[in-house]
Parts: sequence; structure tokens; C-alpha cells
Amino acid sequence: MSKPLKQIHLAAHFPGVNNTTVWSAPEAGSHIEFSSFAHFARTAERAKFDFLFLAEGLRLREQGGKIYDLDVVGRPDTFTVLTALAAVTQHLGLTGTINSTFNEPYEVARQFASLDHLSDGRAAWNVVTSWDAFTGENFRRGGFLPQDERYSRAKEFLATANELFDSWHGDEIIADQDTGTFLRDAKAGAFVHQGRHFDIEGQFNVPRSPQGRPVIFQAGDSEEGREFAAAGADAIFSRYATLKDGQAFYTDVKGRLARYGRTPDQLLILPAATFVLGDTDAEAEELAREVRRQQVSGATAIKHLEFVWNRDLSAYDPDGPLPDIDPDLGEHTVARGRAQVRMYRDPLATAREWRERAAANNWSIRDLVIETGNRQAFVGSPATVAATIDDFVQADASDGFILVPHITPGGLDAFADTVVPLLQERGVFRTEYEGTTLRDHLGLAHPDSRTSADADVDAADDIGERGERVAS
Amino acid sequence: MSSAPSALPSSAHLHLAVALDGAGWHPSAWREPVARPRELFTAGYWADLVAEAERGLLDFVTFEDGLGLQSSHFIEPDGRTDQVRGRLDAVLVAARVAPLTRHIGLVPTVVATHTEPFHISKAIATLDYVSSGRAGLRVQLTARQNEAAHFGRRTLPRLDAYDSPATQDVVTELFDETADYVEVVRRLWDSWEDDAEIRDVTTGRFVDRDKLHYIDFEGPRFSVKGPSITPRPPQGQPVVSALAHQTVPYRLVARATDIGYVTPHDTDHARAIVAEIRAEQALAGRADQPLHVFGDLVVFLDDDPAAAAARRDRLDALAGEPFTSDARVFTGTPAQLADLLQELWSAGLSGFRLRPAVLGHDLPAITQGLVPELQRRGAFRRAYEADTLRGLLGLTRPPNRYATGAAAANANAAANATA
Ligand SMILES: Cc1cc2nc3c(=O)[nH]c(=O)nc-3n(C[C@H](O)[C@H](O)[C@H](O)COP(=O)(O)O)c2cc1C
Repeated sequence: MSKPLKQIHLAAHFPGVNNTTVWSAPEAGSHIEFSSFAHFARTAERAKFDFLFLAEGLRLREQGGKIYDLDVVGRPDTFTVLTALAAVTQHLGLTGTINSTFNEPYEVARQFASLDHLSDGRAAWNVVTSWDAFTGENFRRGGFLPQDERYSRAKEFLATANELFDSWHGDEIIADQDTGTFLRDAKAGAFVHQGRHFDIEGQFNVPRSPQGRPVIFQAGDSEEGREFAAAGADAIFSRYATLKDGQAFYTDVKGRLARYGRTPDQLLILPAATFVLGDTDAEAEELAREVRRQQVSGATAIKHLEFVWNRDLSAYDPDGPLPDIDPDLGEHTVARGRAQVRMYRDPLATAREWRERAAANNWSIRDLVIETGNRQAFVGSPATVAATIDDFVQADASDGFILVPHITPGGLDAFADTVVPLLQERGVFRTEYEGTTLRDHLGLAHPDSRTSADADVDAADDIGERGERVAS
Repeated sequence: MSSAPSALPSSAHLHLAVALDGAGWHPSAWREPVARPRELFTAGYWADLVAEAERGLLDFVTFEDGLGLQSSHFIEPDGRTDQVRGRLDAVLVAARVAPLTRHIGLVPTVVATHTEPFHISKAIATLDYVSSGRAGLRVQLTARQNEAAHFGRRTLPRLDAYDSPATQDVVTELFDETADYVEVVRRLWDSWEDDAEIRDVTTGRFVDRDKLHYIDFEGPRFSVKGPSITPRPPQGQPVVSALAHQTVPYRLVARATDIGYVTPHDTDHARAIVAEIRAEQALAGRADQPLHVFGDLVVFLDDDPAAAAARRDRLDALAGEPFTSDARVFTGTPAQLADLLQELWSAGLSGFRLRPAVLGHDLPAITQGLVPELQRRGAFRRAYEADTLRGLLGLTRPPNRYATGAAAANANAAANATA
């Protein structure tokens, strides 16, 4: 009667620019030196994780017109560091967040195809759609989009990239030294794409890579984002790591797949999740409280409030009560370059709710931010954490988790050494890699270059906005 | 202070680099038994080549690249199937071999015409991190219409011949744009001061925002705000290089690079090129800054000169035409090549970028034949003397142009005094 046990997928997120890394801890290392990335990746691979994940931001954040200086700032180039990591690992998938607004399909497709070759089939692309003019100031197109076009471009970008990936079928390189035939076909890689955002043609110059195409992730949370994921992504990087929110998101997104002729196992849902481990549950709780206070200084708490209030609140005391003025509802100008500000879609309601919660609990500004910003999904002894993760996955709150430690680069070590063996004992996590590619780890089919591009376009036609595939 | 004509970092040794491309620079190279044509798209192939170059103590390797299929035609695709076609992104190939090597410089080709200087700046900075200070870039432009069509953002006129006035106009504009591109990349590398990350627990500040700088570049083709998202790389400024054959590209070399690759056909020609570049350098106001000029040569090397010539003939027969190149083609023994290099060196070049005709054959001939020969003559290093590419090239770590602090002011003053 009972369902078979789901196998858990686990990944490791090397935290980039962020406010959760406790950079002041004595054991905190560099977040930029390659040795940190190598240590992190080796730990993840030792623990048989599916992949390593990198986020991206293309302009340094500002608040109040100045570069934001309280968080970890700065990160390496995604493609370059992932490719270097391919040299120090053998199995670990390599997932990079690459924006579809500030790039061009030919170049991104080349880079992912190259990463997939150079890692023997371990590349994945988290397609994000940040669109703003603020970030656009770093790019030659001056490139930015109206918000409502971000997914229109993203869809066409992904469709175009897929056409490029599929423009080689995998059998073109003959390299017969005797006959002198290197290529089977002079037209290898030929493509034509005419659409609203891209009108390009020619020949793609990277032969088909081991996975054919990189695994596709999606990370937006809007209605359009969820449809985009349902139509064409292999996995979602979501923000819902609690049981109830996770289940709601899971049901919603998996329910969208049938419209695109897809089955629920073709789209994995993997929330970002933090964790704090202790010898006992009580010790972990105590440690978690400490970590939270380190993550949210008084100054940070005020800045965080400004994301919602969209006003300068520097005159407020972080240990005092919340402001009784209302948020400024105009265009968000105080904090720039942040995805978070878009989370608060109704700032007035958020402010009201926060004031009520703070008053009811006698919380200061800092207390409130610590409580509302608390993203520690898993706190407890290794046994508790292993059981909770397993329960969440079996209860369809997710298909696994992308773990974000608060210490770089050693924050994953204890998880690898203590929690992973318990998950393996439960029979819900691999003890050895069964395959070599990331698709193997995730249980995803390898795409067929000769049929898949057309199938994608058909699916996309349902939701419109896709560039038309002309011929090839 | 040194005077303009000797703006060459002085060295008792000549510098040696190798240009990696496919199976080698002869179009039939892939048909040699030592070639591994089915492995051109694997990491192992490139790792082996770079390891061999590092065993030979070479200064650096360059990786060729392009935004379209290789072609034997100067401006269009050629539709051929009998030569190597297709390649991996050069920056990523360099990144893949970086953790496997320790001393050798890694210099991928970057096409400036259709890419974003913001992306490239952080990519090369990251290559510098993953290689602990051994990154460079070789900047290239493209006037090919078919490559422009891969991006669809601009159209370029159809060009007929290399030397026509129309070609010159287009190319001059593309070179100006490329100079802007390099300027943006360099400003972004400096957009973080070296000590911008402060981790000041008392104030809760991770960075000192006064040490992060907007670059505010404005040019006719693009503008870029900055700062970079990647902190200043280990070398401060990774090494910038470009290939140049004529006055316009010499100007780019003189204005924007640390190394120019040139194609002298004899010693007088080398002397004339160096003089022209030094003059351009003076015009650009960079006369007192170190700028290397490397001679490019294609090489067929064998212990018996007749064997080298026979190999070239055999490959030419397979190709159906004699091999020609923009660079001088050398056929002979490592000792004969050593003679030639020393002679050209005396004309004011600081080193050479050799293009092996067949990588599987001529690269080991360089590392195991030419290098020991040059060492016997006291003209090449016997061990790596530095850990960074700038160090190997005798270039100091440049001060940050935006640096504000007292330490920075001192460093800037010292650098100016010794330049
Ligand atoms: C969990 C999560 C992680 C994200 N990570 C990134 C990121 O690393 N870089 C980025 O530019 N955008 C990131 N985003 C932003 C989204 O990809 C998307 O561009 C943005 O949210 C707008 O789309 P939406 O309105 O559908 O959410 C992330 C979003 C979510 C929900």
C-alpha cells in the first residue's frame, strides 16, 4: 500500500553575495579564493551530492545611493569557476545561474556546451530573468527590459539556446585520418532563428556535448515564472523550505506539467535550505540563536526594514519599536539590485503585519528581523535533521534540498560527515554515484537532438511569446 | 628613468610562448598519427598539451578562439569538411587546465566585437584566481559578417580584400572599439582596491565602500558603470595581449596591451616593427611603461632538417596546397631555430610565440629540443623564477589607478619612480 521511498536529491550552494554567511566567525575563510571553492566542491562530492550551485548578481547592491557594505560582497565569474571545479571533481554536477537579459544566446550556449564537454556531462543552467535598468548600466546594450518582457525574452533565449545545442546531433565528427574527412557534413551546426528578441543565423561552433544540453533550472516565483518552469525546466530552485509552503508550491508547480505533456518526475523541486547542527537538538537550537544574531546586526536590521519601507530609516534604534510611519509606495529607490524587495509585493500589508507581530511579542526591530528573516530550515542533531529532511521529501514538500551553509567553505563538512550517512542508512540517499552525468544523478532523460527542439516549441506555443523556429 | 626606445622589460633570457590551436597550425595537422583529432573536445587533450608546455618551462600558452567555425577564407565560412572545425570556449579551456598546472601562464583568446567587457573582465579575473595569478587574455576582433549574424545585434559591411580602403575603415573602427573594450576591462579589474574587503566586526562592514569604484566608462559604442562583481585579481592586472600586423593594430598594442604578437619575416623587419610600436607607444603617452613585443613563427621541427621539410611537404600534399601563413614559417632543427630566435631577439623583440605546425609533434620538439638548446646557450630559464605570469614576464604588479589610501599613494609614487 505504502508509496515506495523517494530518493532524495541534495546539492550544495556556495553562498555568493549574501547576508547569511557569518563572515566574522573565526573559521570563516575566503569566499573568493579558488581553494575555498575546491574545498566546498570536494566535500559535496565526498558526500555524493548531486551538484554544486552558484547564484549570480551582475551589479553590486546599493542602499541609500551607496554600495551596500554589510554583507558578503563579491563573487567570481560563474562559468570560469565552475569549469575550474570540473578539474578537481569527477561526478559532482555544476550548476550556474546565468541571466537571460544581459547575455546573448550564441555566447551562453557556447559556454554551457563547453562546460558540459570539459566536465564530461555535468553542466546545468539556472535561467534567471532579472531585468532592471540598474543592472543594465553594466552592459553595452544598455540592456534592460520592461518587467513584463523578462520571461518573453527568457523563453525565446532558452528556445534559441536549445536550437543551438540541437544543431549538432553528435555524429558529425568523423576525424578519419586516412580519408581526410573531419566533418561528416559541412552544414553541421546550421541554425536559423527569427523571433521577437533574436534574429540570428549561422553555424554553432561547439559540437554536441555529453549531456546534449545542460540541465535547465528555473528560479523565479511569479505566475509567469512557474509556467516557464512547467514548460521547459528540469528543476526549480525555490525558496519554500518549510513543510506547508513547500507542499503548496510542489502541488502547484507539479500540477502545471500535464498541460505541457510532461509528467511530475520531469521537473524536480529543490528549495534552498539552511541548517544548523549540534550534538543534541537543544545545543543546535542554542547555536542557531547565536548564528541568527550574528547574521542580523542592529545595522543590518534597519537596512532590512528599509527593503519594505522604501525609506531612509537610519534614525531609528534597532533595539526600539518599529516605525509607525507607512512605507513609501513609489518606485523602490532605497535598495537597488536586490531580488528581495520584490518579495514584498504589498509593502503596506507587510508593514502592518510586522508591527502587529512585534507589538504582540514585544520585539524590537532587530528581534523582528531575526524572526521574520529566519531561513534556518533544519536545526537539530544529525538524527533530527536527517529525519526531518526525509519526512519533508516523502511528504512531497520537495524532491530534495539545495543546502546553503552559513560558513564558507567548511560549513558543509559536518553535514557530509554526520547527516548524509544517516540518510544513506534510511535508504533514501545514494551511497555511490550510479552514473557520471548530472542527468544521471537527477534521473533525467538525455534529450534527443533530432526531435526535442520541435517538441519544445510546440509546448511553448501554448503560452505564446516564443520566437518562431524557421528552418534548419 | 628609462628612455622611450628601451621600454622593454630587460631580461637575460628570451621569453617563449606557444600558441595552441586544434591539432596544430597546419590545416592537415590532425591527420598525423600523433594527432588526437577525436579528443579535441575533451579536457584531457588540453591538459596534456599545457602540461608538456609547462615541463618545457615556457612563459605561457595562448588558446585560439572564434565565434564561428574555423575557415580557410579570410572573411567567410569555407564549407570545408577536411579540416578541423568546431572548438570550445578558450577562457573555459584555460580555466579547466588551471588547477592542473602551477607555473605556466594561461592566455585565452577573447573576441571583443560581440561580447560584453563586463563579463570578460570578471571571467579573466576569475581565471587569475583559479590559476593563482597566471591569467592573461589575447584580445581579438572580428569583421566577419557570419559571426555578426550569430549575435544579430549589428551588421558589418561585406569586405572584399584585406588591404582595400573599405576594409581599413571598418577595421579601424573595430580596433578603436577594441581599445575601449580593453580600457573597460582594465578599469573593472581596478574597480576594487586590493584591501577593499575589510571584515570589520566592530562596524559590521564586510567591505570598505570607499575602496570600491564606479568606472563610469562612456564611449561611442558602449558605456559601463561598474564596479566589477569580482574583487581585484591576484595580479592586479592580468596580462593583456594582441596580435598585430599593421599600423592600426600596432596602435592598439601600443595603447592597450602588455604584449604584442607581431610577424617579422627577418631581422630588419623585426627592428622596423619594434620601432613603429615604440613610436606609437610614445604617442599614446605610454613610452615609459613596459611593453613586450613577441615574434610569431610557425614551426616544423625535426632533428634532421630534411625530415622537417619532408613532413611539411607531406602535410601540404594532404591539404592539396602549400602551407602559407601571416607569420614566417620555419622548417628545420631546434638548433637552427635557436639561431634564428637569437638573431631576431637582437632586433629588439623580447620573446616569441611559436605556433607548432603539428601540436603532437612540434610542441614536444620545442620543449625537449629547442628549450634545452636555448638553455645550453644561456638564453632561456632553467627553472621557473616566479609564480605569476607578470612575474615570469618581468612585469611588476601595477598599483590600482583608483587607490585612495596612503599606502596606495606610496605604491603609486614608487611605481612611477621605477618605471
Ligand atoms: C530562490 C530564488 C533564487 C534566485 N536567485 C537568483 C540569482 O541568483 N540571480 C538572479 O539574478 N536572480 C535570482 N532570482 C530571481 C529570479 O530568477 C527572477 O529573475 C526574478 O525573481 C523575477 O522573476 P519572478 O518575478 O518570476 O520571480 C532568484 C529567485 C528565487 C525565487
